[in-house]
Amino acid sequence: MPKRTDINKILVIGSGPIVIGQAAEFDYSGTQACQSLKEEGYQVILANSNPATIMTDDTVADTVYMEPLTTDFLIKIIRKEQPDAILPTLGGQTGLNMAMALEQTGILEEYDVELLGTSLSAIRKAEDREVFRSLMHELGEPVPESQIVHSVEEALEFAGEIGFPLIVRPAYTLGGTGGGMCYDKDELMDITRNGLALSPVTQCLVEKNISGFKEIEYEVMRDKQDQAIVVCNMENVDPVGVHTGDSIVTAPSQTLSDREYQMLRNASLKIIRALEIEGGCNVQLALDPSSFQYYIIEVNPRVSRSSALASKATGYPIAKLAAKIALGLTLDEIINPITGTTYACYEPALDYVVTKLPRFPFDKFVSGNRSLGTQMKATGEVMAVGRSFEESLLKGIRSLDIGTEELWMEKWTYKTMDELIECLKKPDDERIFVIAEAFRRGCTVTELFETTKIDPFFLTKIQRLIKLEKDVSAHKNDMERLMEAKKAGFSDTQVSRLWETDVDSIYEMRKQSGLLPVYKMVDTCAAEFESETPYFYSTFEEENESIVSERQKVLVIGSGPIRIGQGIEFDYATVHSVLALKQAGYEAIIMNSNPETVSTDFSVSDKLYFEPLTLEDVMHVIELEKPEGVIVQFGGQTAINLAEGLQRRGVAILGTNLEAIDTAEDRDKFEHLMNELDILQPQGKSVRQLDQAVAVAEQIGYPVLVRPSYVIGGSQMEIVYNNDELAAYLKKSNHIKHTHPILIDKYLTGIELEVDAVCDGENIVIPGMMEHIERAGVHSGDSIAVYPPQRISDSAKRECVEITMKIARRLSVKGLINIQFVIHEDKVYVLEVNPRASRTIPFLSKITGVPMAALATRCILGESLADAGFPNGLLPELPQVSVKVPVFSFAKLRSVDTMLGPEMKSTGEAIGRDKTLEKALYKGLIASGLSIPQEGAVLLTVADKDKQEMIEIARRFHMLGFRLYATEGTSEFTAEKGIPVQKVGKVGAAGETVLSIIEEGKVQVVINTLTSGKQPRSDGFRIRREAVEHGIACLTSLDTAMAILNVIDSTTFTASPVSEKRAVFTT
Amino acid sequence: MIETPGYLVLNTGDVLEGKWLGTEIAVEGELVFNTAMTGYQEVMTDPSYAGQIVTMTYPLIGNYGVNDIDHESIKPSLAGLIISHPCQTPEHYQAKSTVNEMVEQYKIPALYGIDTRALTRIIREHGEVYGKITAEPEDLPVHRKVDPEIVKQVSVRSPVEIPAKPMPAITGKKPKHIVLYDYGYKHSITHTLTELGCNVTVVPYDTDLAVLDNLKPDGVVLSNGPGDPEDLAGLARIIKQITDSYPTLGICLGHQLVALANGGKTERLPYGHRGSNHPVKDLLTGKVFITSQNHGYVVDENSIKLSDWEVSHINVNDRSVEGLVHRHKPVLTVQFHPEAHPGPIDTYSIFQDFLQMIPSEGEVQHA
Repeated sequence: MPKRTDINKILVIGSGPIVIGQAAEFDYSGTQACQSLKEEGYQVILANSNPATIMTDDTVADTVYMEPLTTDFLIKIIRKEQPDAILPTLGGQTGLNMAMALEQTGILEEYDVELLGTSLSAIRKAEDREVFRSLMHELGEPVPESQIVHSVEEALEFAGEIGFPLIVRPAYTLGGTGGGMCYDKDELMDITRNGLALSPVTQCLVEKNISGFKEIEYEVMRDKQDQAIVVCNMENVDPVGVHTGDSIVTAPSQTLSDREYQMLRNASLKIIRALEIEGGCNVQLALDPSSFQYYIIEVNPRVSRSSALASKATGYPIAKLAAKIALGLTLDEIINPITGTTYACYEPALDYVVTKLPRFPFDKFVSGNRSLGTQMKATGEVMAVGRSFEESLLKGIRSLDIGTEELWMEKWTYKTMDELIECLKKPDDERIFVIAEAFRRGCTVTELFETTKIDPFFLTKIQRLIKLEKDVSAHKNDMERLMEAKKAGFSDTQVSRLWETDVDSIYEMRKQSGLLPVYKMVDTCAAEFESETPYFYSTFEEENESIVSERQKVLVIGSGPIRIGQGIEFDYATVHSVLALKQAGYEAIIMNSNPETVSTDFSVSDKLYFEPLTLEDVMHVIELEKPEGVIVQFGGQTAINLAEGLQRRGVAILGTNLEAIDTAEDRDKFEHLMNELDILQPQGKSVRQLDQAVAVAEQIGYPVLVRPSYVIGGSQMEIVYNNDELAAYLKKSNHIKHTHPILIDKYLTGIELEVDAVCDGENIVIPGMMEHIERAGVHSGDSIAVYPPQRISDSAKRECVEITMKIARRLSVKGLINIQFVIHEDKVYVLEVNPRASRTIPFLSKITGVPMAALATRCILGESLADAGFPNGLLPELPQVSVKVPVFSFAKLRSVDTMLGPEMKSTGEAIGRDKTLEKALYKGLIASGLSIPQEGAVLLTVADKDKQEMIEIARRFHMLGFRLYATEGTSEFTAEKGIPVQKVGKVGAAGETVLSIIEEGKVQVVINTLTSGKQPRSDGFRIRREAVEHGIACLTSLDTAMAILNVIDSTTFTASPVSEKRAVFTT
Repeated sequence: MIETPGYLVLNTGDVLEGKWLGTEIAVEGELVFNTAMTGYQEVMTDPSYAGQIVTMTYPLIGNYGVNDIDHESIKPSLAGLIISHPCQTPEHYQAKSTVNEMVEQYKIPALYGIDTRALTRIIREHGEVYGKITAEPEDLPVHRKVDPEIVKQVSVRSPVEIPAKPMPAITGKKPKHIVLYDYGYKHSITHTLTELGCNVTVVPYDTDLAVLDNLKPDGVVLSNGPGDPEDLAGLARIIKQITDSYPTLGICLGHQLVALANGGKTERLPYGHRGSNHPVKDLLTGKVFITSQNHGYVVDENSIKLSDWEVSHINVNDRSVEGLVHRHKPVLTVQFHPEAHPGPIDTYSIFQDFLQMIPSEGEVQHA
């Protein structure tokens, strides 16, 4: 079938800001799809509000709209561009939901816009629980006993019929948002109420619990000729009950016989055919471990997180091919891009084991509820490839970058056996480590199977690893044991722990006896056909397939799994660096462990090593490839942390040298540098001994900011106001290993300003500055950033530029540098210097048009900025205002406090651009998912220290016609100032309370500020969570509140009387 | 498990070191690889692998053990087995034994711990590779061909009758009688036929026409089997008579033998098609199906008498012949395995197509 010629212009809808359940995988699929469409000669219009993506680069689509993904804005785009078709299946759930919403407005009919890939009726059939269930009945495919409910009463009625436990799944929500397992009536009421509130159609499915079944997924594709294939199947190590995004997953399935494999394959193909999907589809199934009974759990009629994983796991690029299929091409006429010789109508054969492990945010959300269920909590994931499950699993563990390179965590060694077993009863994020510890204490597979319901196949493998660990431990310096350990995937770190020696000596020992890994190719076909694709993984076997070229090479280290503080922005920078290296004529080699990203698309680099980012794994690649050097400055803290070890082992770090990195990150060296350059910084000190902390804090004067050095996204950073709070902080962070010191700084309030610059060692170009809406104290990643700055004086800006130049020159920065300032009492202080890519690089690159990561790479390679055509200094400010608005995933993380502070909490960002700040903010806020009310009511409950400042906000809300509610203290204060306010009771009081008015939907905005310190479980916490759970904007910073107020003010018409002045004039 | 080193010595000069999975038994054979990720038990019991040392490209073998229902023949006929990681402790409710135990029980020469991907690449690069599983690294293989009499070794010695599954009660039709010529048939072929309501008689590979006529079959199926089809040139006369007289379905080797008996030629593929993922295009409908395959030879497209035969299926990747239909007679043949096991059942309808060529009782027979 030839591709369609009756269409030319195609609108692709992206997935918007990153939230839990919808992450970088849609940048990968969207980028592939856009390129695929362009390749076929179509004109591509892209709409996405996420500036941190590769897909919003102007080279990916013909026209890019970074506008909010709402029907209003998409309609504007459709009216303007008049596309022939929309491709909605590549932007995750957001893309699908937008397509459905657009259809309802009638705009698609009006402009005769066709939906490609999946029809609306198919989307509805797959997404609407009720329609889906009846389709499955029609097909004779089993679904678990269930009931669609629209009210809590209906849910209770159904529970009465079939009993507990039950699973609640809200319709049309992302990553299982709002769903959960219920063991009793209270849980059912709670979760159903929440789920109904979050479902856009107020619908939930209450389902029989089939937890304990094997959870299997099939990634299937179909074209318009009704040809359908399976790209990959996957088996969850965690049985049904844990969201697949939170499960450890293997590809292909490990415990299914061919009969079972084919039975589920047939069911999946039957479903994609019945839905008549032209493209990719994901089918989730549950299989009884002791019969052929199976159930269809869910179908996603679009590319998904799982399809991104399947693409990386097999090499088969699902999104790219799905786009081509949507154009009318058929599978048998598309060449398999990885082999280059065979066709896409083919089911990949793997000759390795892939393991995916989720990356959880609980290092940040220490108080978060860590138990896992049907609602996804992971922010990212890693993939590891090995020739055995053991090797694959252990490679995955060390890819996680969570402080351990093995199935061992010190903290579990202190627990009793009973505590371990108790912990295993409910799945949580560290379960795999607890299982390993239980085996270490002699637990049997049967016992652990009883507790966890994890298939004994997997448990036995873990047990085998522990047995081997004991054997290795008992035979120090035994080369044969070492070889066995390496083949099973042990890291040098693990062996060094067992042998009580250092990592370097294990590495030397191996090198001397030639015990090094070989690299094998991922080729979709288990070596059946020759493949040109340079996509490799390591294993300890005989033959090495990675042929080293004669070319000059550079290795770029990626950023690993997406986590709070280290998001997709770093993948953006990594990809641009790789592309710049290629352009400069180098062989660009990339190492990364994240399957969701564009950087691990094998077509991006000259050579891809899908490997853990540990010193050992990186060194192995370096030993083989012998590159000119390694670039670490684009891969976030993960890559930066490798620099020291790499240099120690004689590897050249390209760009800014290690000494400069160290100077910026080591408190004392940094202070010394600031003094030397005569730059102000908040007074502070680093302490190694915890007992020094109190003395230092008193000397500096409260409030102070405390944090460990070398951290990502302000981990464990807090503002403390007195000795008690400091003591509490120190006690809490006692478990942190203090190889790095603790920093204590004076907390200065003021406007924060951020600068990203590129330096060639001599000259510096600063594409722009960004001002933060929220005052210092709120993490820069959680603040709204504005370009160009609105409240900063020219002299302050000049000073910032001078300081940036001074620091960059002094550190001989080659590449990127990020500096954060605070303007406190008209003086410029430097808060932080990061001689590496920051998370604002993609945002700033896009709004200023300076390709910063690419330019930095050229500087790293020795080119001067002058040669690249850039002047020295700050580039002229552009008239358009752009804002970067943080996006949070609080709805998915129950019991996490939404209060903003020095510790980063956002998972993504959205952009807003327009002529004025208010318009840009409006767009940015809308794009971030906030609804900006034009009328309604505001709940005020603020700390004493903020009351004075709050009055202005209260008065203006009142003027705009909003009703005000407030708690006792706040309401008295407000009323005193003559502003009408309705008093409501505290949490737990009789009558109308702060919680009841939120629950009943009486307020549209909540403004709540924190007294000081951290008091989880306080009333404030309950208020904030209640707001999140009901999807109401909860503003914890008065600066954000003021900004939103300005936006409302500029977009609302108020009723005001004829002014007095005018009255005077007429008389 | 005791870990004794064993070697796979190839005629290419390569020697791969592994460990013995079961008893140390030296054996020679042709090296082939299978890319199926599930279905090792079916592969190990498929008689088409007689004379061959099979390596599974998927590295974990034995994960769900060995059961009572997935044997494709009474006992394995493959010459040897080469795998990467055997699973010692499979967990599956149907499992009765482990792959180790199976290897031990049937005395299959087998090595594990071998870089099977490296081996697969050697086979891919050299095409025809022979080798020896042995305890000695210098013990070179002598043979350069699979035993020409191999089919005789795997075929039944005398007819075996297998009744239809109780389908007639549902269909109300008299069961059809199908004679299956056994060149090394897979049990899934008889299972499929009996499930479709046929009585099946399995006969020895060299059964002559008189004996066949006496069985009064409604149709004949020529099975899959091992070896070089040209070694069975002596059977051409019988096969020609069969295709002239009865509705016939040829599968794999059966397909090749029909082509040879009708003036066609076969040739060796560089390294064969063995796995569960081979795309085949039905030229009549233009649709592609994923098939299960296991063959080292193909029918030479240029040798087919196009006046009598039509190519019904081709391989999407190398365009080789995957199926033939006679233009006038009720004969159809396929190179792939519509009976699946292991692999997909996407082409199950081939059996139905075949049975539809047989007129039902009471229907007027058109010559």
